[in-house]
Amino acid sequence: MNLVALKMLVGDKLKYIALVAGVAFAALLITQQASIFNGFSLQIGAWIRDTAVADLWVMDDQVMFDNDFKPMSDTALQKVRGVDGVKWAVPMYKNYLRVRLPGGSMVLSRVIGLDDATLTGGPPEITSGKLADLRADRAVFISEDQAKDMLRLKRGEDRPLRVGDRISINDNDAVVAGTFKASREFFWDPVMYTTYSRALAWAPRERRVLMYVLVKVAQGADVRAVQETIREKTGMQALTNAEFDRRSTRELLTRTGILVNFGITIVLGFVIGLLVAGQTFYTFVLDNLKLFGTLKAMGTTNGTVLRMMCLQVILVGSIGYGLGLGAATLAGMTLQSAGLAFKMSWQIPVIGGVGVMCCCLVAGLLGMARVVRLEPGIVFKS
Amino acid sequence: MMVVNENNVAVVCRGVRKSYGTGGAQVIALRGIELEVRRGELMMLVGPSGCGKTTLISVIAGILDHDAGECAVFGRDFKSMGTRERTIYRGRTIGFVFQSFNLLPTLTAAENVAIPLLINGAERRVALGKAKELLAQVGLGDRCAALPGQLSGGQQQRVAIARALVHDPRLIVCDEPTSALDHETGQRVMELLKDVALKQERALVIVTHDARIFGFADRIAKMDDGRIVKMIESEDELGDLRSAAVMDTAAVLNTLETTGSLT
Repeated sequence: MNLVALKMLVGDKLKYIALVAGVAFAALLITQQASIFNGFSLQIGAWIRDTAVADLWVMDDQVMFDNDFKPMSDTALQKVRGVDGVKWAVPMYKNYLRVRLPGGSMVLSRVIGLDDATLTGGPPEITSGKLADLRADRAVFISEDQAKDMLRLKRGEDRPLRVGDRISINDNDAVVAGTFKASREFFWDPVMYTTYSRALAWAPRERRVLMYVLVKVAQGADVRAVQETIREKTGMQALTNAEFDRRSTRELLTRTGILVNFGITIVLGFVIGLLVAGQTFYTFVLDNLKLFGTLKAMGTTNGTVLRMMCLQVILVGSIGYGLGLGAATLAGMTLQSAGLAFKMSWQIPVIGGVGVMCCCLVAGLLGMARVVRLEPGIVFKS
Repeated sequence: MMVVNENNVAVVCRGVRKSYGTGGAQVIALRGIELEVRRGELMMLVGPSGCGKTTLISVIAGILDHDAGECAVFGRDFKSMGTRERTIYRGRTIGFVFQSFNLLPTLTAAENVAIPLLINGAERRVALGKAKELLAQVGLGDRCAALPGQLSGGQQQRVAIARALVHDPRLIVCDEPTSALDHETGQRVMELLKDVALKQERALVIVTHDARIFGFADRIAKMDDGRIVKMIESEDELGDLRSAAVMDTAAVLNTLETTGSLT
């Protein structure tokens, strides 16, 4: 009877196409939006993951995410170094500074100052020069990708900023000494690296400038215990890379409304799929009611009829979902090539597929209920 | 528990009653039907619209439950069976021919004919093979791959007849099998039914308005207002009907009036 079920379904071409298209659109909406949301979520903690050379981030306890600049007192570094279980601790500066490019255009950049001695916390991939070049006079490293757009020279020449160019950071001379590649971040401001002391020299005069203390836990020491001790002794929070990543992600998703908006869109995708598939499938059932009645009169049990209808629903769901997922993947490739947020981790197609299939089965329930209740006597009505 | 002589009788109805609705809106469709259909015979149920013919064949086919009385098909009372058992028994025992053919439009003629076998669990290859044999028997061996929309009315009804026979049922129930056909095609369909369907001691019950085909019956049960008011079974009465049927419908109706068969 599978043959009968499939032929009944695909024989009515218009309805079949409408069914598949409805499911495909819902699948596209669900997987694409979930992937964009996933991309945004990953971008939020990207810099934290790129800088994950230490075990702990020590920061002011009011800091909620990685671009939330609330500096600590310099004494925090010494206090952290005095905690049992800390192998080493280095300072890191991070804040917005005003950068003037050759030609005169201005851009607000996040400047990261690395510990002078160790240069701990540098970018993940150096594409031009060596990290040690940061120790050269007035040296900064810029992002190779950002050099082509955000740091592009717009006045005078039209070209990317490049190694050797002289720039001004808060009216202080600087020289581009190297370039790096890093994961794309949620915030789009340019990022530059220099040494900690140089960053302090360029930064506006403030009493507190220390943004983070990066901590390596001694071998054999309990990370949780070290975190607690740092908290007690300094009053600052000490977060692991994962904790800092999660906190940043949670804070930004809720504060910006991204979670709510994407959540609404994904739910809408399910609702649209449910409504379109449900309405079209129910119409299909109504149009074929007499034929279902004929099958029941000829001896088809309710169980068999339900299995036939489930097969029809699963076929429509599978093909529609496949098409929608394919379209979402193509759209994603376009978005990624434009540098926009899109990340389809394996959970998205799996959960999306289960969700869409459940959606289709629920949509088919009304039709199935109608056929189960159908009196075979309908076959004798002309 | 009803006891019948199953050797000769396909269908037995004793005091069968059926009504629809309740209270002031109640409609009594069957008012104590007494009927026997023998193996190997063609029984026609005739009468005006609303007299209960369709309700009676629905009860006989196990599609509707009767309210009172007893109705057994080959000794089995549908009412004593559960829904699933009843459906399976009906699928194995009864074949149906419908007024508007009720072929699945997206299946080929062979696939339509194979449906009863597929319902009963036959393998697809075997079912299609047997379906093609049946189509050849009804003269459509060269149209196995045609869709119903590509067939004439008469051809579609022949496909429906083949479908009704493919699983070797012991009872065939036909609801107005010729009403959608012209006279000549209707005659050919009835000849086919009588020729093919009554083999192997099958019983054939036909509900019809079509007086042109009365002459094919072995017996005719005239119904009116939920009762069988006249059973036409004598050779003389049937002979008169057959002669009249050669002429026209009016002559048939006139003959029925003359014999007191129509009130």
